[in-house]
Amino acid sequence: MLFYVFGAVAIGASLLVIAQRNPIYSVLLLIASFAALSGLYVLLDAEFVAAIQIIVYAGAIMVLFLFVVMLLNAPHEETAEDIRMHPLRHYGPMRFGALLALALLVELLWAVTRGQPGPDGFERASAGSVAGLGQVLFTEYAFAFEVTSVLILVAMVGAVVLARRDVKEKRTGPGS
Amino acid sequence: MPSLDDYLILSAILFAIGAAGVFVRRNVITILLSIEIMLNAVNLTFVSVGRSQGSFDGQIIVFFVMTVAAAEAAVGLAIVIGLFRHRESLDPESFTSLKW
Repeated sequence: MLFYVFGAVAIGASLLVIAQRNPIYSVLLLIASFAALSGLYVLLDAEFVAAIQIIVYAGAIMVLFLFVVMLLNAPHEETAEDIRMHPLRHYGPMRFGALLALALLVELLWAVTRGQPGPDGFERASAGSVAGLGQVLFTEYAFAFEVTSVLILVAMVGAVVLARRDVKEKRTGPGS
Repeated sequence: MPSLDDYLILSAILFAIGAAGVFVRRNVITILLSIEIMLNAVNLTFVSVGRSQGSFDGQIIVFFVMTVAAAEAAVGLAIVIGLFRHRESLDPESFTSLKW
């Protein structure tokens, strides 16, 4: 029963995310969607993933998005010209998108009707303990874990370099 | 009690919503948000399949996906800020300097 509640919230919030005109509402709705997904992870006995879903996604990444949306203060109203020039108004992208949607629909229907029923072991409680997860993460996947920290470092340096203002222009200003 | 198929269908729907957002929206930030929706749909698939297999691997790969998503969001938003400084716009149609 809870599955359907959380699933409905996740789908509804995600649909509203892409339907909103104002990016701030999109970000806030996406946080609601992530909260629902976190509930689904609890139902799947993945408490650790549920916790980091809230802490990392809703707490860190979405706040970063919110900062950028408020920092840029971009105009979000679409004028009549914008709507007329919308890519979906052209025939090429329309056909391509329709084809893509059709392929996805056929695949989904095929998977639902022809696919094998799920494995029997789904009901049994398993792989739920955070301690066991840590055990595997820091032994079998220790190297990947360390490489991840390097990735974060590289992303941090990249973000700083990309987002800073051009220092050359300041140096050639009246001061030098 | 929902089965594995229910979770897979739910994540397929979420992934389709995210993909539709990437195609339909004309705001770079909303496109990045749609990518996050798709990443989360895949995460749900990993966790549910990992549970059906009775292994931790699904949850561990979700951990790595979240790390990569955080890195992607940081770099992507930095690029968005840079683009906005150059063009004063968030419309992907206005970034056509590399178009031949």
